[in-house]
Amino acid sequence: MFALVDCNNFYASCERVFQPQYEGQPIVILSNNDGCVIARSNEAKALGIPMGAPAFQYKDQFQRQNIRVFSSNYALYGDMSHRVMKVLERYTPNVEIYSIDEAFLQFKGFELFDLEAECQQMKRQVKQWTGIPVSVGLAPSKALAKIANKIAKKFADRTQGVYCINNEEKRVKALKWTAIGDVWGIGRQHKLRLELMGVQTAYDFVLLPDDWVKKNMSILGLRLKKDLLGLPFIQLEESIPPKKSIATTRSFEGTVCQWSDLEERVATFAVSCAEKLRKQQSTCSALYVFVRSDPHKKGVKPYRSSCTITLPHASNSSLDLSKYAVAAAKSMFRKGVAFKKAGVIVMGLAPAETRQLTLFESHVGKHKALMQAIDKIHRRYGPYQMKLANQDLRRTWKMRQEHLSKRYTTALSDIIKVK
Amino acid sequence: MQDSGLSFFKPNAQTRKMLHLAQEGISAGFPSPADDFKELRISIDQEVVKNEEATFYARVSGQSMQGAGLDDGDLLVIDRSQEPQDKAIAVCFVDGEFTVKRLKVEKDCVYLMPENPRYQPIKVTEDNQLQIWGVVTYVVKKV
Repeated sequence: MFALVDCNNFYASCERVFQPQYEGQPIVILSNNDGCVIARSNEAKALGIPMGAPAFQYKDQFQRQNIRVFSSNYALYGDMSHRVMKVLERYTPNVEIYSIDEAFLQFKGFELFDLEAECQQMKRQVKQWTGIPVSVGLAPSKALAKIANKIAKKFADRTQGVYCINNEEKRVKALKWTAIGDVWGIGRQHKLRLELMGVQTAYDFVLLPDDWVKKNMSILGLRLKKDLLGLPFIQLEESIPPKKSIATTRSFEGTVCQWSDLEERVATFAVSCAEKLRKQQSTCSALYVFVRSDPHKKGVKPYRSSCTITLPHASNSSLDLSKYAVAAAKSMFRKGVAFKKAGVIVMGLAPAETRQLTLFESHVGKHKALMQAIDKIHRRYGPYQMKLANQDLRRTWKMRQEHLSKRYTTALSDIIKVK
Repeated sequence: MQDSGLSFFKPNAQTRKMLHLAQEGISAGFPSPADDFKELRISIDQEVVKNEEATFYARVSGQSMQGAGLDDGDLLVIDRSQEPQDKAIAVCFVDGEFTVKRLKVEKDCVYLMPENPRYQPIKVTEDNQLQIWGVVTYVVKKV
């Protein structure tokens, strides 16, 4: 049996653990730089705040409806996530951490246990130990566990936050209840296509012939179908694969019109990507750089441009990445455009030790020792101590975080006060 | 292959022989007589933190629990895995703020008892919202 454990409104719940006065109150959490809404409590959802709502457009509504706004506090969310996962690991050794607030659990050899009761106990323990409420979906396969979790959440009163699909009747009922677009792994393209064919629900989907599914949706689609039939074809992935792409993108505090300022930002983003690459011991073989003006600004034609560069050799050197990223940005810079956002995304990641050399390359790890030295300095003396010459030395990451809560669990100076 | 006068040896990938890697190197000198008696150094963390996932910290503000040895500025270790019981010292959230008091559980209500005669007990009935946030297990103070 598989279980999908999902934290309820995770970011909002983290904030509430340390500020319980917001229990039952509408809460939203904003993205990096306080740009847009990335998480909402149920109360905020009920007030009609959509996901991704730009903060500045909804400012009045937040105030009028007494919605508490938080900047994202990843130090807190990361630590609370870790705590939740550690409690889950007490229940089974087979845990796949699927995202910051979701985990798949596999129960092997638990035939004699009442798993539903076990999961109720697990849910209670997570809540008591960490303060985070979770919902649990139990089923014979991962795709069904995902659906069971949705049911547990949707009908929280009746299910007590735990729902188990453990017979044919429940499985069929659950599949008929699930719209095709809500099925785990069905993307927008497949959704549109399937809907055109009259496939509205997960149940309609499993009635499609195997051949058709395999031909049109590859082996992944077929695995999904089998999974939905209750045959576990999708396996637990316990080791986290290294990230397939890494991005550093930011909206600027104001706007940027000068080339030298844009250059500085793009170089800094590239350096940040290079650092992340080195941290997971990967290299990248391509860079995607984008710039854009403020799309909300009235009366000005919005400008956006992007550019992909294939590197001559895989690299994770700050010098290489910033050189190419800056060259890309230069080709997209336009005089008179007020830039609002830029970003660097690195792609084609490969482990650092298995990188392909080229015939004429004289570059075998040229910057390796230098980069190691820089990383070491940053670890010892804090980040941003050493920069490239095209980065601004005085400028540090200025993230807009006007509504940031404290780092209650990761900084002794920030712990709660009790009278 | 025999004809060419060459014979090839292939590694046998079927069997695995694991050997210890002597990372510290082997030197021919007199070994330290203490090597066999190595132990981990004492760690306060290990003693104080029983369940890492459930352990949180708080700072005392005020004198309401002076009698129990909780002074202004002290650091509290809170273990949320412990069930709150009568007479336990707990961090509670009541009337919009965190407070640390000794629990006194009666039949139909709970008292949050200060340990300082200058403070009044707080009576919690069904009308107040009380959240027992976690049980205090240790207090760390600077002398």
